[in-house]
Amino acid sequence: MSESISVEIQEVSKRFGDFAAVNRVSLTIQKGEFFSLLGPSGCGKTTLLRMIGGFELPTEGRILIGDKDVTHLPPYKRPVNMVFQSYALFPHLNVIDNVAFGLRYRKLSSSAAQQKARDSLNLVRMAGYEDRMPGQLSGGQRQRVALARALAMEPEVLLLDEPLGALDQKLRKEVQLELKNLQKSLGLTFVFVTHDQEEALTMSDRIAVMNQGRVEQLDASHHVFEYPKTEFVAQFMGAPNFFTGVVKSIAEGLMYIGGRTDADIRVRASSDAWRPEDPIRFVVRPEKLDLRTKSGTSDGEVSIEVTIEDRVYQGVNTVWVVRSDDGERYFIYEQNDRPFQESGRFRVGGRAFMSWNPRDTVVMEKTS
Amino acid sequence: MGVKRTTTGTRTGTSVKEEAATPKKAPYLLITPAWLVIGLFFLLPLIFIFVISFGARGTYGGLKPIADWGAYLLSGEFLANYRQSLEPLYWPIYWRSFWMAVVTTGLCLVISYPIAYYIAIIAPARWKNLLLALVVIPFWTSFLIRTYAWVLILRTEGLINTVLMQAGLINAPLDLLYNEFAVMVGLVYGELPFMILPLYASLEKLDLTLLEASSDLGANHPSTFWRVTVPLTMPGIVAGIVLVFIPSIGQFVVSDLLGGAKSMLVGNLIQNQFAIARNKPFGSAIAFELTAVVLLLLLAYAWWSKKKGQEAML
Repeated sequence: MSESISVEIQEVSKRFGDFAAVNRVSLTIQKGEFFSLLGPSGCGKTTLLRMIGGFELPTEGRILIGDKDVTHLPPYKRPVNMVFQSYALFPHLNVIDNVAFGLRYRKLSSSAAQQKARDSLNLVRMAGYEDRMPGQLSGGQRQRVALARALAMEPEVLLLDEPLGALDQKLRKEVQLELKNLQKSLGLTFVFVTHDQEEALTMSDRIAVMNQGRVEQLDASHHVFEYPKTEFVAQFMGAPNFFTGVVKSIAEGLMYIGGRTDADIRVRASSDAWRPEDPIRFVVRPEKLDLRTKSGTSDGEVSIEVTIEDRVYQGVNTVWVVRSDDGERYFIYEQNDRPFQESGRFRVGGRAFMSWNPRDTVVMEKTS
Repeated sequence: MGVKRTTTGTRTGTSVKEEAATPKKAPYLLITPAWLVIGLFFLLPLIFIFVISFGARGTYGGLKPIADWGAYLLSGEFLANYRQSLEPLYWPIYWRSFWMAVVTTGLCLVISYPIAYYIAIIAPARWKNLLLALVVIPFWTSFLIRTYAWVLILRTEGLINTVLMQAGLINAPLDLLYNEFAVMVGLVYGELPFMILPLYASLEKLDLTLLEASSDLGANHPSTFWRVTVPLTMPGIVAGIVLVFIPSIGQFVVSDLLGGAKSMLVGNLIQNQFAIARNKPFGSAIAFELTAVVLLLLLAYAWWSKKKGQEAML
């Protein structure tokens, strides 16, 4: 096993009766990586995290941490620590005793343990709260103490189970950046579970998008965002704009897709599996779509004529909801870089052209 | 009536005042039935006992009329029953009552904790109500009858001895009945539900994530139990101790039915004064002393839980 691998999941499944919460998942997490498990509730991300922590045992498969098989080890024998969603601070112990709780098992003198706990509290900027009880802390402070408690154990891997879920939006954004910086400066491996794609994008080096117990896509975070491989990932990353086309021709790594667009779309052939006449699905992100009054032909743009169904003002963006003549619905984000106007070039119910640059066409993986 | 007027009438100064007054009166009204019950069935009898305990026994079991109140009070004669109750003759009875209550409480705690833990935490959710029902079902039968049942189980020709004899494990029946062992069995059996239920209540509230967190931080199962589970269920433990210790120390039915002459408890001593010796004043004095001890324990418990509550509030 390579020196740089921190966690290795091998063909891991977790079944509850007939239901597979995690279904034959294999992946490796690098040392010092901020790795996110992203997906809707019930996709198996938390179950997978809990199996790394030892709170659930896999039905099959193996889990390695460092180069040690920990598949059947109880949590207290694993070199990992968890920040729980509910923080799980011991309500009968004050802050410093909470943070020092696990240091007793580390053969440290009690003064060394106290010092270590204090250092850990300093790290999360909670110095001065040592004697408070958890009940006296705000949600954000509790979250920091939970983090300090896990960090004090100096784990090889830190597991975080939606630890920001209970914080309000503004605090959440702050903590996201703080957490990312902390991870970078400590050089620790973080495995982070979230259902919030923006949160995952903000912090992660790599993201595994999960759906129905499987990993749908595992890539660098910007790659997952810009190049979703499946319709599920595209939808989950906020690009629910699906087009159906047909492969016209393939040559020298380039593929021409025909369909309802005014011209054929030229894209890089991402796979050599495609053959002419294959049906094909692709997406274009809403912010890469433009609404035009005329069929867009500048710079080789392609366009489709659509009917405007709705206009939603969202502050930063205006969302145009349009429908193509084959009945598909699309979302177009227009950045509000000019003052708001009640009536613009387009009106709800009118016709317009939806255009995009062919390079922004993202072809979905071929489903055989 | 006042409430009705304030809601339908115009909002003048008086109606506002009435509105403010109503919520203050309401708690007192609501608490009145409780006070009536406590007053009629607890405080009033206690006052009777207290007063009678200063009297002297009459020839036929009643109270001896006091001829000269001044002399009676000044001579300290009114304290005669309390003086008598402290005579060394009774010390073994008090001591036995105390240690049997302590051992009963201890045994109940040790037996109940795993049971409560199993029902609250380990058992599948659909079994919980059934298991709890099994704990409570004995209450459907009179305590007296259940205690008699132990006579049938423990006596020389009883269930245990018959089975052991038939199995050839013993040649002669064991002396299981009419001794302190039998009383202990009866006490523990009778008080068990009063320990299991409060323990269950506090274990059921225990956040299991805390046990996971403890394990995550390196604590094995015994360590998690002593450092997390026990401290967090302390309210249930203390409530169970109070609920078991207090009835145990005043118990007389169990020792009467299952105990021999040598296992008399303070409860039997009191009962004897009223039923056999017909010395009501002396019986009252001991009863009052016992009540005082119990009340002191309850006060200590109230003080403890108040302190605990304040800690939790912090």
